[in-house]
Amino acid sequence: MIKAVLVINDKGKPRLSKFYEFQPPEKQQELIRSVYGVLCSRPENVSNFVQSNQLFGLDSRLVYKTFATLYFVFIFDSSENELAMLDLMQVFVETLDKCFSNVCELDIVFNFSKVHTILDEIILGGQVLETSSTEIMKAVDEISRLEKASNAMTLVPKSIATWQSR
Amino acid sequence: MATTASSFMDSLFQRTLDDLIKGLRHNLIGEQLFISKSLEDIRKEIKSTDLQTKSIALEKLTYLSSIHGIDMSWAAFHAVEIMSSSRFSHKKIGYLAASLSFNESTEVLLLITNQLRKDLSSTNEFEVNLALECLSVIATIDLARDLTPELFTLLSSSKVYVRKKAIAVIFKVFEKYQDSVGVCFKRLVENLEGSDGKSMSAAVGVFCELAAKDPRAYLPLAPEFYRILVDCRNNWVLIKVLKIFASLAPLEPRLAKRIVEPICELMRKTGAKSLLFECIRTVVTSLGEYESAVRLAVSKTREFLSDDDSNLKYLGLQALTIMGPKHLWAILENKEVVIKSLSDTDSNVKLAALRLVMTMVSEDNVIEICRVLLNYSLKSDPEFCNEILSSILFTCSRNFYEIIVDFDWYVSLLGEMSRIPNCQKGEEIESQLIDICLRVEDARPELVRVGRDLVIDPALLGNPFLHGILSAAAWVSGEYVEFAKSPFELLEALLQPRTNLLPSSVRSVYIQSSFKVLVFCLHSYLLNNEAHIPSSSPEKLASGVPDTVLGDGFLEASVITAPKSIVESEHDADFSPGASNHGVSVENDGEDVIHGQTSLSVPLEKDYFTRESIIKLLDMSEMALGPLLESHEVEIQERSRNVIGLIELIKQEITGPLVKKETDDMRDEFKALNMIRLICDGFSEELGPVPVTAQERVPVPEGLTLVENLCDLDTIFADMNLLTQSSLILGTLNLGETTGGSLSDLQTKDDLEPATESTSLLSEHRKRHGLYYLPSEKSNSLYNAYPPANDSLLQQNENDHVDDLVKLTEQSLVPKKKPSHAKPRPVVVKLDEGDVPITSRKLESEENLLSGAVRDALLGNEDKSTSAKVPCGKSSSKRIEKGKQSVDVPSESNDNAADKGKADVGKGSSRRSKGRGKERKHKSGVKGGTQREGNGQRENLKSSRTSKHKTHHGAVDSVNVIPQTPVIPDFLL
Repeated sequence: MIKAVLVINDKGKPRLSKFYEFQPPEKQQELIRSVYGVLCSRPENVSNFVQSNQLFGLDSRLVYKTFATLYFVFIFDSSENELAMLDLMQVFVETLDKCFSNVCELDIVFNFSKVHTILDEIILGGQVLETSSTEIMKAVDEISRLEKASNAMTLVPKSIATWQSR
Repeated sequence: MATTASSFMDSLFQRTLDDLIKGLRHNLIGEQLFISKSLEDIRKEIKSTDLQTKSIALEKLTYLSSIHGIDMSWAAFHAVEIMSSSRFSHKKIGYLAASLSFNESTEVLLLITNQLRKDLSSTNEFEVNLALECLSVIATIDLARDLTPELFTLLSSSKVYVRKKAIAVIFKVFEKYQDSVGVCFKRLVENLEGSDGKSMSAAVGVFCELAAKDPRAYLPLAPEFYRILVDCRNNWVLIKVLKIFASLAPLEPRLAKRIVEPICELMRKTGAKSLLFECIRTVVTSLGEYESAVRLAVSKTREFLSDDDSNLKYLGLQALTIMGPKHLWAILENKEVVIKSLSDTDSNVKLAALRLVMTMVSEDNVIEICRVLLNYSLKSDPEFCNEILSSILFTCSRNFYEIIVDFDWYVSLLGEMSRIPNCQKGEEIESQLIDICLRVEDARPELVRVGRDLVIDPALLGNPFLHGILSAAAWVSGEYVEFAKSPFELLEALLQPRTNLLPSSVRSVYIQSSFKVLVFCLHSYLLNNEAHIPSSSPEKLASGVPDTVLGDGFLEASVITAPKSIVESEHDADFSPGASNHGVSVENDGEDVIHGQTSLSVPLEKDYFTRESIIKLLDMSEMALGPLLESHEVEIQERSRNVIGLIELIKQEITGPLVKKETDDMRDEFKALNMIRLICDGFSEELGPVPVTAQERVPVPEGLTLVENLCDLDTIFADMNLLTQSSLILGTLNLGETTGGSLSDLQTKDDLEPATESTSLLSEHRKRHGLYYLPSEKSNSLYNAYPPANDSLLQQNENDHVDDLVKLTEQSLVPKKKPSHAKPRPVVVKLDEGDVPITSRKLESEENLLSGAVRDALLGNEDKSTSAKVPCGKSSSKRIEKGKQSVDVPSESNDNAADKGKADVGKGSSRRSKGRGKERKHKSGVKGGTQREGNGQRENLKSSRTSKHKTHHGAVDSVNVIPQTPVIPDFLL
């Protein structure tokens, strides 16, 4: 199963962290820091696998990939296939790209909840459930629509809030 | 009224998550400060009665917790409140917060059961989705138990979207609450068989997890998996199925036979690298007996290895690593690629290649491979360099230096390693140097040479990583100084001024070694004088001590193969102090007569041991060690005090009489000789490795009561422990020196005083009780304590020879003969019981609680503690209980359940016995079928689909009855 999904930018700032086995917040931050420490020391054009036994316990593997300014990191155990995880990462990024049309780091920064929604459609409880980005988008759109509908009444304060922030 | 107004104002001016993020990005007042300010706001807002304000506050808090690691456990109750909002957007925020922050210790979990139940039964699939996602993270035993009925319903929901998610969650529920297996397993299996791809994929994923933990229980489902393997076109699913088979196949040879062909077919056809790699991995881990499949896998692996993509290369190397032990040819075939990968830019690839190279090492190529690796280590970065060194050290020392034939080579390799600039493996090299020294007698001359080279090099003293090695080198050269070409230069090296760079623990070893060297020099010098007394001296003959032989032996290094034994024998001959003194005094008298002749011939004899050189030696030692008498380190101070004390004594004897009459001189020298000889005897006791269990094997004497609890000693030794740790440089063998420990056989060595009495008593004692005080169970226990390393028949002769030698040296006067083989492997002393590497003892792995529970549940066995070993009758009564329990589940149809075996609801034992009978019939029928092979088998597989329910039942039952050998009917496979 998948143990964690992390998105970290090239400065070491976490952009998304989802642990499928509970870790207290401090521990999460520590893990993110050490993962980043390992990743940024690796040269370009080398394999996408990293030994992660010290960080995440025995029988854990780490696959990462850089997309522009972001490291996408999947941590998983022997029940997953390394190359398949790379493919899954591709699916995730493609879906983000579809969702935000030409996704960049900022999209992920400002769409905390939506990125989680997308990820939850792909992986649930550490199990891969959906690998087709069209299917994922369908569900995500549905959910956003529902959210908007239920928020319809509170449009006023929201618009004021956005106005105020300008 | 006022509250609503204030809450309205709050919501009006509340920052949204976007504002928070923007604020963080602009970062005007510093991130930490901004976060704490925002937290203040959040704390206020979250108490608002307006759910909108509250949910936004919670959303911000969740963000801060997830991204910035801020604790949000205090807001758990607010999250629960928001989860229960009827508005979807609120609910979503609440669930996100819960799934990111709740855990088993969150107290409010007790409150959300009903909310989860409500949402799980919602008609809105996305609300169900939220609840499922949350449950997948926070499932506790209570939640799992209480929500099992809802999940059971969802498992056969008409909405695929919900169903597949419920399947993923059921795995978590199984983990927490084993009884849910009995209820839900049937539906899970249905999803496996169902026509819907998504649900099937999810179910396969769950089975993959379950089978990884305890494969045996899922053998009955093999036909389902086989069908998927053959029919499915989805690579994701195929990968998972292959993983399942990888864990099932080793349990059931017939299954392995069935799946080999389809897997090979996949390997040939597939274009997906991930699937291809999974096939390779399955073959090499679980189907290693099928030569053709392995060949195919190896050829595919070669494609990986030759690929430019370093991911594939890495995985290819990994596949080879898995094959390694069983199929060495596969690695050898790809030798070039592997060696080339050592200089890859990718550290993963390098490491994997290194590991592979080490698996190739054998007795024949170890020298060659180590040379290649050492060259690589010189070129590579420090980290990888040390990785190489440690794998060489590990591989070569494995199983008592199994693969090393030429110890001289290996010892000099260790010396070379120490000089590699990046070497940080000092500790390991140190312990191996000493280990070899103790175990391999033949390697000692070379060890002393290597040790001398290390000790003599002043440049090495400055490198803290080498201090351990230097300490070993100093110890070796002191202990076996008789092999040294020039004890003088050794002494000089041991006392060189730069030794003040050493830590005190190492320095005290240096001082102790210089003591040994000094004593050796003096002894040689004095014996040299004595040696020129005509051996016809009647007294000497009478005393029966071959002193002449001894003297020559000490001087000519080439002759010295086992001077120790001579010393020992001499020592044994006059172990009684009285006798010895008497003997010596007689000698003195005798030699008195012919002293003139002797003293004249001394300077001509040997350059080394002239009076002048000895005096120089003493002066040098005195000068070097004098200042150390003031040292604050107890070890250093005490040891140098010992040396200086000796020097003072000897100096009086040797330098004083320059003006005296020669006769006096000689007498004094013999007094000195006597003294030195006693010290030398102290040092001459042979050291051997001591088994870790040695202490345990000492029988407790009668009348001795051992205090079980030694806590009160802690206070006494509190500060002592520190000291011991730092001074344990030489491991066990120096125990006597550093801690004055219980290994009294070693202690003799260090008895610095002329303790004739204790030495001789000890040797007497030893003679009586055997070398290590071990109870001698057999008459040949002495040889058991030193079994030779090579047990193979080929070397039997040599072993016999060696045994004889051991016998000889033990009894004996005769110096040890070297085995006459061209280049035999020297004896490596092993202690059979005590020396077993500790790692091998850690094998007992406790059984995974969960897997046991799952199996129990699968077997329809309620009792968790008794696992599978329950007598038939008992288990059937348990089954009835189980039946009662699952009646609670509302929508379960009894027919179905009984059919299915897994959720086997109690229909009484008569039905089950029927099922078993059927199974037997099937089995016999099918055996015929398999013999007919081909089509027949295929048909059987199909027919098994229809009768499978009973099969499951039968299989499970039989497992229950004979837990050791679960019978899997042939037609399943």
